[in-house]
Amino acid sequence: MRPIWFSYMMPLGMPRILPFLKRFAALSGTALFLTSCSWIGNEDGPLTTFKPAGPNADRIDGLFWLTFWIATVIFFLVMGALVVMLVVFRDKGDKEKKLPKQTHGHAGLEVVWTVIPALILAAIAVPTVTAVFDLTGCEDDSMRVEVTGHQWWFEYHYPDQDIDTANVMVIPVGQEVCAEMTSADVLHNFWVPALHGKRYLVPGQTTELRLEADETGEFWGHCAEFCGLSHSLMRARVQVVTQSEFDAWVSAQQKPTPLPAEGTPEGDGYQVFTNKGCVQCHTVRFDDDSASNVIDAAAFNGPDLTHFASRDVFAGASLPEQGQTYEQALKAWLADPPNIKPGSFMPNLALTSQEIDDLIVWLESNK
Amino acid sequence: MTATAERPQATIFKRPSSTEGIWSWLTTVDHKKIGIMYGYAAFFFFLLGGTEALLLRWHLASANSEFLTAGAYNAMFTMHATTMVFLFVMPASAAFMNYLIPLMIGARDVAFPRLNALSWWIFFFGGIFLYSTFIFGTSVAPISPDGIAGNLAAGGGPGSFNWLADSPDGGWFGYQPNAGAFYSPGTAMDFWALGLQIIGLASLISSVNFIVTVLNMRAKGMRLLRMPVFVWMSTVVAFLLLFSIPIIAVALFMVTFDRQFGAVFFSPVGGGDPVLWQHLFWLFGHPEVYILILPAMGIVSEVLPVFSRKPLFGYSAVVFAGAAIAFLGFGVWAHHMFSSGITPVAQAAFGLATMTIAIPTGIKIFNWMGTMWGGRLRFTTPMLFAIGFVAMFTIGGLSGVTHAVVPSDWQQTDTYYIVAHFHYVLFGGSVFGLFAGLYYWFPKLTGKVMDSRLGKWHFWLMFTGFNLTFAPMHWLGLQGMVRRTWKYAPETGLEPWNVAATVGAFIIAFSMLIFMYNWYNSRRRGVDSGLDPWDARTIEWTIPNPTPEYNYARSPAVTSLDHFWHFKYDEDDEGRAVRKEDADEIIAELEQEGLNPIEPIHLPNPSYFPILMAVGLPIVFYGIIYHTTLWGKLLIAIGAVITLSSLIGWAIEPIEEPHAPQDGGEPDPEPEGVDAGV
Repeated sequence: MRPIWFSYMMPLGMPRILPFLKRFAALSGTALFLTSCSWIGNEDGPLTTFKPAGPNADRIDGLFWLTFWIATVIFFLVMGALVVMLVVFRDKGDKEKKLPKQTHGHAGLEVVWTVIPALILAAIAVPTVTAVFDLTGCEDDSMRVEVTGHQWWFEYHYPDQDIDTANVMVIPVGQEVCAEMTSADVLHNFWVPALHGKRYLVPGQTTELRLEADETGEFWGHCAEFCGLSHSLMRARVQVVTQSEFDAWVSAQQKPTPLPAEGTPEGDGYQVFTNKGCVQCHTVRFDDDSASNVIDAAAFNGPDLTHFASRDVFAGASLPEQGQTYEQALKAWLADPPNIKPGSFMPNLALTSQEIDDLIVWLESNK
Repeated sequence: MTATAERPQATIFKRPSSTEGIWSWLTTVDHKKIGIMYGYAAFFFFLLGGTEALLLRWHLASANSEFLTAGAYNAMFTMHATTMVFLFVMPASAAFMNYLIPLMIGARDVAFPRLNALSWWIFFFGGIFLYSTFIFGTSVAPISPDGIAGNLAAGGGPGSFNWLADSPDGGWFGYQPNAGAFYSPGTAMDFWALGLQIIGLASLISSVNFIVTVLNMRAKGMRLLRMPVFVWMSTVVAFLLLFSIPIIAVALFMVTFDRQFGAVFFSPVGGGDPVLWQHLFWLFGHPEVYILILPAMGIVSEVLPVFSRKPLFGYSAVVFAGAAIAFLGFGVWAHHMFSSGITPVAQAAFGLATMTIAIPTGIKIFNWMGTMWGGRLRFTTPMLFAIGFVAMFTIGGLSGVTHAVVPSDWQQTDTYYIVAHFHYVLFGGSVFGLFAGLYYWFPKLTGKVMDSRLGKWHFWLMFTGFNLTFAPMHWLGLQGMVRRTWKYAPETGLEPWNVAATVGAFIIAFSMLIFMYNWYNSRRRGVDSGLDPWDARTIEWTIPNPTPEYNYARSPAVTSLDHFWHFKYDEDDEGRAVRKEDADEIIAELEQEGLNPIEPIHLPNPSYFPILMAVGLPIVFYGIIYHTTLWGKLLIAIGAVITLSSLIGWAIEPIEEPHAPQDGGEPDPEPEGVDAGV
């Protein structure tokens, strides 16, 4: 008697092998197409891990590709064997053919496929462990930058140069920089894929991440740990510049910004800044020191605005968006910060458009 | 004098006796009915979690999307993960375990039938409690410990909240202090923490029950190494639950104390340590991963031999590999924290430990392939899903090794690369395995076989949709798309592959519609399965379909692994299987025998108390959330009274309600010495 399962068989019996092969070809073709698209057809974006720009990221990239190629070889061996099996050992519906041998296992094979993977893993483990130790911690002579995570922006303090800035970290090329990191509120995770892997910013603790770039340029970063409502807008930039450019940047940042005279457009903006409550969170250092507004580092604070316009991005490096000018973005931001950055600690101050325009003039003068 | 005789037989509480209708389901202690309820509830939550996933995917299909508000987006990914892990895969596995373990070991029920019902009802009310956050829960903007409040936009728009956002939004991993009292004020995260607490209790209870059942209730001759691999893997999972659930229970209590009573376990402001939460969470969370995958591995280990017409290759290697995975699974938790700043020594150690897990996993995959090698493969729907499992799980395993390479993980962690990896093991693995099991054991539930044409449509669509959704995520992650990202900038070039993933997700959703139609239709109009629709190997197929209430008319005596197969097949000189000439008669005899028990069979009586005891728990937990109000205190009291009085009722409940036999004659005699009601 024909067993009942026979009627539920997939159309894989002899006469129906063709549709199966067609389907198989179509599917594997699609899969190949997709894979090749993803490797060939796509440009690397600014957050890609495939374009390391420094020795640390480079070392990681090498490890990734080593593992990738080993995994790829194993993938094709296993999948190849699987596909061959599915074709060769399929039930061809030949009732005369004897049923398979009832093999229960093979001790030798078990040893083989225990030992070989173990050896492969050991081969991967050696460079892994050495890289872990080589890439953790900082050299004593590296330049220090203190990174503090806030909901939702990164603050940078250069202790040796006495500079406070935000969102954009500027570092000299070829110099190891030690990011000493902590958080003012929740967990954050500092990640600039071109320079190194990720490292947490933990409130109450200090973590270290060394950054080093061997080419100049602007590299994108992102907070990688979920840190609340606007986690996705907590981004970062690292500008890598030559040593002389860096020195120039340092001396510019160390200077206070000029106190605008009353009656000038900048002066009107400054009035908005002082009258609308911005002074509660934002530090600005003026050349007339008595006018400077300095927020204690331990208190709740927003980004230091002394050199606001020296940075090409703001609002956690999430603005301006693509297709927006700097002014447009600033205007939208000042009009309603929480609508752009949900949960934002910068409230909607109900500024009139005149006040916003004045503020922008003043902010843009803080080069 | 036996213990039985001391129990009060005169009754204040008459035990319920319904065998049909709603009451029979509410009071049942039958492992099969409980399994079915688990299954339907799990599938219901699967649909909810899937809907949440579709909202997320629709949102992510464009850069800078404002389809969902930030609050709603965060809530959706939190609820999607929480639902899929705790309310879908775990109870779906529990459904299989409940239904199948007694059948596969030749028992009539689990060791503690009422406890089994209790664990189901606790799970059910826990799930409802968790989801009631959509009605009662609140989420508000963060408040810093020094009292400065974050702001939400007024009057709609991406910066505002809607009802979707009023549900837990701190992630299924609930990292502190973000999910703590300050940065996630509002009650939504309390619903999350307390809901998981309730659901964890259900798992803990059933783990004890399954361990005792497997150790004590096996049929004659069913030695440990003759148990089907599914039973083995379920037992391993039960031990994993037993040791890991208490960890998360403690951690969740600590969170609840932080949030409700001003404790500072995880709050740095009071000297607490946020990383401690991560250790506790992942010390539970990594074994949890194997809790999710091992039952599916068990299912696949049952399905592959049947449709390869060969015994499982390396049975004991597969069993021990499963146990080894579980054992090692407790020593790798910190690989979820490679970027948290733990020391390089710890990173290296946990990296190496993680690599070693690849070895037993490889053993399993190679043995499954060894099973198929030289077999005669029948590509039935369950077999397709099982093969899909092997292929997809291999990909997930390989990408898993790249995480064990610690520096490589520093780049990959918290990106979509991880999302791709764990969906390959949890969806490509667990979910494919569970569907293999559904198609395979559907006849045991219904006596029908599911339509294979629709089944194959379901498989190929799900397989294609799955790969289209999750394969591109590897690329997205390596291109820097971080997880839990409400918006991504168009300049990142991430949009095209996000579109592809969204298309894939909707293909998966469509395949589910086909599955549901097939299920519905096959139940009503499916082909009768008979006793042995698949030419199966294990003893649950020696009894009629659908399974009679008493399971086995006569307790089986097992003489070998694949006991049923040896009823039907001999081996010739070469070791090839030869079907016995009288195999069909043997099957027909089994069916007759199974349908006509020789003597009345005593089964555990239904009980009101499991459901009553369970319903008190969420009432207490609602009370805890609102404990500062009078209503809250009242709820705690009411819930406690319900649960505790049910406990007393349970304890003094008579073991046996004398019930009339079907012909209306004399009541059954009291059972002697057998405490079947516990």
